[in-house]
Order: sequence, then structure tokens, then C-alpha cells
Amino acid sequence: MAQVTFEEISASDFFYRNRDIAGFTNPTRAIFAAIRELVENSLDAAESLKIPPEIYVRLSFEGEASKETQIYKLRVEDNGCGVPPRHIPPAFGQVLYGSKYKLKQQRGTFGLGGKMAILYGQITTHQPATIISSTSPSSKIFMYKLMIDIQRNRPIILDRKVFLNKEGWRGTVVEFSLEGDYLRAMPKILEYFKQTAMVNPYANITFVDPKGRLYKFTRATTVMPDPPKETLPHPYGVDVELLQRLIQVTPYNNMLEFLKNHFHRVGEITARKFLEFSGISPSKNPKKLSHEEVVRLMHMLKKFKEFLPPDASCLSPLGEELLKTGVLKELKPEFVAVHQRKPATYAGHPFIVEVAIAYGGEIPQRGGFLIYRFANRIPLLYDEASDVSVKVINAMNWRRYKVSPDMPIAIVVHICSTKVPYKTVGKEFIADRPEVRREIANGLREVARQLQRFLTRREHVDKERKRLGVFGKYLPKIAQFSAKLAGKEKPPDIEKLLRSVRKFGAEGV
Amino acid sequence: MEPREYRSSIMERRKEVLASLENLGTRIYEQIERGYFPSIEMPSRSTENIYYDPNFRQFILGDKKVKRSARNIRHLKPFAQLVWTALFSYELTSQRKTSTLRDVYYSAQAYEMTFKDQQESNNIITDLETVLGFSREDFNIFPEERSAVFGDLTIRYTVPGYEGKTLNLTSHPDGVMIGPALTSADFVETSADKVIAIEKGGLFTRFIEENVHKKFNAILVLTAGQAPRATRHFIRRLNRELKLPVYIFTDGDPWGMHIAMVIISGSANAAHLRDLTTPDAKWSGVWATDIVNYKLPTDPLDEIDMKRLYELQKDPRYKEDPLWQREIKTFMKIKRKAEQEAFSRYGLTYIVDEYLPAKLEETK
Repeated sequence: MAQVTFEEISASDFFYRNRDIAGFTNPTRAIFAAIRELVENSLDAAESLKIPPEIYVRLSFEGEASKETQIYKLRVEDNGCGVPPRHIPPAFGQVLYGSKYKLKQQRGTFGLGGKMAILYGQITTHQPATIISSTSPSSKIFMYKLMIDIQRNRPIILDRKVFLNKEGWRGTVVEFSLEGDYLRAMPKILEYFKQTAMVNPYANITFVDPKGRLYKFTRATTVMPDPPKETLPHPYGVDVELLQRLIQVTPYNNMLEFLKNHFHRVGEITARKFLEFSGISPSKNPKKLSHEEVVRLMHMLKKFKEFLPPDASCLSPLGEELLKTGVLKELKPEFVAVHQRKPATYAGHPFIVEVAIAYGGEIPQRGGFLIYRFANRIPLLYDEASDVSVKVINAMNWRRYKVSPDMPIAIVVHICSTKVPYKTVGKEFIADRPEVRREIANGLREVARQLQRFLTRREHVDKERKRLGVFGKYLPKIAQFSAKLAGKEKPPDIEKLLRSVRKFGAEGV
Repeated sequence: MEPREYRSSIMERRKEVLASLENLGTRIYEQIERGYFPSIEMPSRSTENIYYDPNFRQFILGDKKVKRSARNIRHLKPFAQLVWTALFSYELTSQRKTSTLRDVYYSAQAYEMTFKDQQESNNIITDLETVLGFSREDFNIFPEERSAVFGDLTIRYTVPGYEGKTLNLTSHPDGVMIGPALTSADFVETSADKVIAIEKGGLFTRFIEENVHKKFNAILVLTAGQAPRATRHFIRRLNRELKLPVYIFTDGDPWGMHIAMVIISGSANAAHLRDLTTPDAKWSGVWATDIVNYKLPTDPLDEIDMKRLYELQKDPRYKEDPLWQREIKTFMKIKRKAEQEAFSRYGLTYIVDEYLPAKLEETK
């Protein structure tokens, strides 16, 4: 449906001219974005089969492009579901073609990233991309060499080969050349892998950089979160366009059935109540609604208070256990508290906030919290200051929890939603929605309380240890000095005193 | 003047000091042996426990006591520091070595007994003084010295290496520093019949040059500002043991007046100690009335000076002798002050030839 809307404008052309909005702003950002988009596609591909992802990324130096930029070859391999051969050319050679236009939580939202990366590679190097894929161990392996006809938004197939799949391989390999500045992008790329490993603790990720350095992020578990289910749109989240499309395709010829069958969490009773509320006859044929009536229907849908909130089965949060595993694995803190909020909604879109707070261990002390932001299990690395999480964190009264920014503390905020409220197409920060803000704040309060309990307990133990240390240090000295002063040979026995202090101390704890 | 008697007084005192230190050690040792947390009781030095005693004519501590117990975690470190200081003092005294306050601070580190700063170690020494009733000079711990004495007094050293040696205090024209050796020396003989204490070094030197010690038969003591405790104790000994009257000359301002007062009646800080005062000593000048009578060149009293005068006016020490209140009032009236050197306007020797004899006569 979506490509129909964009057909006449040539989506490729549009994004070619506006590549900034997709995150390909400059050679540094571009190389980071390319890796990120392909890795995310690979993670999705493996998760859709519920198998722990196995991802291999190699970036190799091809030659100098200009004074500041180089040509690199990027290769990303996964063990995911693969792409059926007939879909390979459009999936990799046609912008806005893809599997991501349904209502369930997925990493990408535009079906744009992977192709954008290939498009960018083609623009900068004029080289074709190579795609190799197999959808199951019993299937053959298909290889395509593609370029994109930018003006017509169509794939150009340069070469196609079919191999026997002797080793029973399944997955996808994408390889293409692109211009970039790896040295500048390196910190962000490595940070990206580390954070990706944190929220995908069940994935093995290997990265070989142009210098031949190997970065390996090994999975700490094979448990994976439940995959998201597809859902119908929730009445609060629809717009006129969506209503028109539903009316076009619906097989139902009365409003009651129309509402019951096309909307999330609308049953017989709710549908009747709503129709009464909005003064629409249950037997009215939806196809006969005038444009004005459709607009009114949308407003009434938003006004009606009795729709049940969307359920979260379409979401796939990480879960407290996995989040904890990920944080422990990548940050190695002394203490971690995690919390998953109950599902909530903003503008009819369900979302779940998960937060973690980690303290001490290998977390550096740097005069401010380390903040890790994630949306649908994607690390958000740019524009931290504009993000809603950061605003909430800054507005919190941390002193109430005995927490101060000069402590070694890392905070993780993960928002998953069918529609993450990004503020830009670059998908780098999350807009400040009151509903989202409230969920983050409540989540942080919960983990902050847990951290406070931990800190208080530790302070107690520390204090007690210190107290005993003071007695252990000074009592022997008092004994020794007084014996000398009194002209005695041996210091008096202080064991009894020390014992009583310990007993006394044990009660205090 | 029987030298032997003086000598034994110094020896006696050292024995007493050592015995009281030993006694403190034994008390603590036995408490621990019996399975108790050792504790020490001493008079409280807080301001509400400091009283002026008209009989002693000095500040004394009241009945309020404080208890240092090794059971209390907050007392534990100061307690250990106190016992260490006692041991250190014992070793100093018995080996007849002297030490400064600064030394104490550093020596402690060799015993892994750290003091946070000099102030902390000074406080612990004051605690020890309060517990035992001896002053730190008795434990051979001295502050940095700066005061001096000059005049016909023969002393006999008791410090190791000089034991029995004598010295006449006119032997050096700059005067002899009142340090540990002099403080622990016995008095042998003197021809002087008075002591003149002077606030400032310049005038002290002038008096020596002008033979004041001969002309007035005096022992000259330089206090160099507020007199250190060793000097106050020394002046007291001159007064008590040699029966010499003491005359004090300071600048004509509230601060000079108070220098004289501390020599006479002691300070609140030393309320836990005796033998530092000379109640019969006289403040001979420069008085406020002298400023008027001698038409001395003056400076105005500033705000801080005036504030100090109001404080002194209420101080019980200043209510003993009507002289004090009269002079305070005069200062307040004229709102002027004058230094000792102000007499130089009448020529360098005027102060010796005219002022000094007149004032000695007046305050006799």
C-alpha cells in the first residue's frame, strides 16, 4: 500500500536528494548508519524465527576516496530467515519496499535503512551490491548483483547465480562498497555494538574493522523475548487516511461488524456503546459514509472514553531478566536494578518502558550519569540532550534516593512501541510525550528506590566495618601505650573488649 | 638566697610530673585488665564551666566534668592520642629532652598515631594538661619561643649537658631567650630588686642600652607581645621565689593593657592551670591617662579597638582594681591610643630618664 503512495515521486529519488533525514548526513555518520541499518535487519531476521542471532560484520579498506574519506567494503552476514529469491531485487534495490508496514514492533519503521545504505554506497562508489540469501537449509542459495535505478526506483539486476546449499546454510549476506570516514566514526560504531549487545544479550556479534581488529560480543543467554504479534489498529490511533483505506477493503457492510473486525480491542458491547455515543446507526454501510462522516467518525473515535487500552501483545519488550543479563554482561556493574512498566498508550499506540540502573563495578565515575537510550532494542547514540529520557533524568530529584551524579552510575531506558515517537526520521531521539515521560519517570523512581536500598545497606555494612576497624586500630594502641606508661612488660588483654564490641556491633546491623 | 632549695623545687616538680603520668598509665592499664573500657574524667573546658575566682585572682574551671571513654567510637581516637601524648611526655621528661608543639605533631606519625592537624595535637596536649593539672612545659613540650630576659640574675642549668653550670643573665646584650633550658633552671642569686616586663623588642633593647637594669636595679623581661606561658611562669617564679615586684610596660591601647592583664591574672584558655599568674604584678603604663598627661602623639582607636574595650569593661579580671575601669573609660573618652615609642618625640632617653622613674614610683 505504501509504495503506491510514493510511486509517482520515485522514492529513491526523494531519498537520494534528502539523504540527511535518513541519517546519511556526512561520511562519518553514513558509515555508522550503514552498519547500524544492516545489523538491525539481521537481528530482526533472526528473531523472526526465534533463533539466537549470529551476526558477522566486516568493514575492509578498499582505497582512498578523498583527503578525508576512504572507500570501504561492508559485509554483513546473519543466520536469519533469509529473503525469498523473487523478493531479493525489490527488497534491496527499491526504496520503501519491504515487510515492515504492519502494526507490530520492529526495529526499522520505514523499510528504508538497508536500502538507504545500499543507495548511499552506489551514489558514492558506483559499485553494485551483492546479496546472498537462503531461506532454509533445504533451499538453494541465491546470489544477486544489484544496482538501483534511482530515477525509476527500480532494481537493476546485473548478475544472478544459484548455488547448491550443501552445508545447509540459512541467512543473508549483504556486501557493498561505500565512502566513509571510519576513523572518525569508530567510537560511535564500537559504542553501537556494545549497546546492541547490551539489549540483545542472546546475540553473538562479531565485528572486524579495517585495521583487522576483532571485536567479539558473546551472548550470555539463549533465552529470547517473545516475538511481537501483529495487531489491528487501535481506535485512538487512527486517522482519516487509515479509515478510508479500511472502508475500501472491508468485506463488511454494516458499521457494527466493521468496528468489531477492524479495530483492536473492540467487541460487540464496546462497538454498540460507541455507535450509540456517536449517533451512528449500527446497520449503516461503512462504504456509504461521506467524507465528512469519515472525518466525524475519526473525531468520535478519539473522543469516546470507553475503548479498552491496547494490549501489549504486539510489543516485544526485552523483559527484566534479559535486560539485567545484558547490563551485567556489557557494563559489569556491582549492582543493577531493572524494572518493566506495565503497557501504556500514547495517541492509541501501545508502548512499554523498561529501565535499569547500574552502579559501581566497571562503570566509570565521570561526574554525570552514563545514559543508555534504546528504542525497540536499537541504541540511540546521537542527540542525547534532546531525548525525553534525558529530560526526565535531569528533572528527577536524585538526592531523595541518595544518588548523586558523581557516583558511578549508568541508566538504561528502553522504550518499545509499534510507533516509537521519534522526533526525526534519523531516529536518534524520542519526543517528549507526557505519557512517555510519566512512564519513564515512574520506572526510574522504582529502580532508584532499589538502588537506594542497596546503597543504604552497603553504607550500613561499611559503617559497621569502619566502626570495628576503629576499635581494632585504637584499642591495641591504648593498651600498648598505657602498659609502657605504667611500666608493665606486656600490654593488657583487649580480646574481651574487642569481643564485646563485635557483639554490640552485630545488634546494630 | 639558698640555691639548694631552688634546685630541689625543679627536681621535685619533675618527679611529680613523672609520677602523675605513670599513674595515668596504670589507671588505664588496670581498667583494661579488669575487662572495662578505659575512661578518663577531667574538668570541662567549655566556656560555661570557666569562672573567675577572686581568691586565686584568675580563671578556674568549675565542677562540670567530661568523660572520655574508649567505649565511645568518637572518643576512641582522641583517647588513644591522649595516652600516646602521655607516653611521649613521659619519655621526654624522663630523658630530659624537650620538644615543640610542632614536634609532637610529627612524632606521632612514627607511632601510626596521626593527628589531623597541628590544632588537633595542640588540643590533645591541653587535654593532658587538664587531666593531670600540669602545664605542657612541665612535660617538656614548648611552643616556639620569642621572649627574652636580661639582668643581674645568676641561674644554674638542670638540662643534660649543662647540669650545674651557671650563667649570669647580663652576659649577652641581646638578652637570653626564655626557652626550655632557662625555664628549668634554678635561680642562684640576684642583686635586682624589681622586674620590668616590656611588650616590645625595640624598647627592651633601648632599656639595655640605657642601662635601665643598673639604674633601676631591675631584671628586664621582653614579652614580645602576648607573653608565652613559659614566660608567664618565669615571671611568676621571679616574683614568688625571689620576692621581686613586677612592673609591666605595654603600648597604650586595649591590647597592650590586656598583655599586662594576662601576666597578672592569666587567661581563660589556661583556666585548667595554676602557677602561670603573678597577681601582684603592676601595669605601669602606657595608660590612657599617660597619653593625656604626657601629651603623646596618638592614633585614633578604630572600631575593633573600641569593641575590645567594651569586652574588657565587662571582664571580671578588670573589676579587681579601679585602675582598670578608670583607664578603660579614659580610652573610651579620648578615643586615642599611643605606642611606647611615642615618647621618642621628647628625645630617645626621655622615657628612661623621666617617664620610667615616675611610673615606677606611681605604681609601687
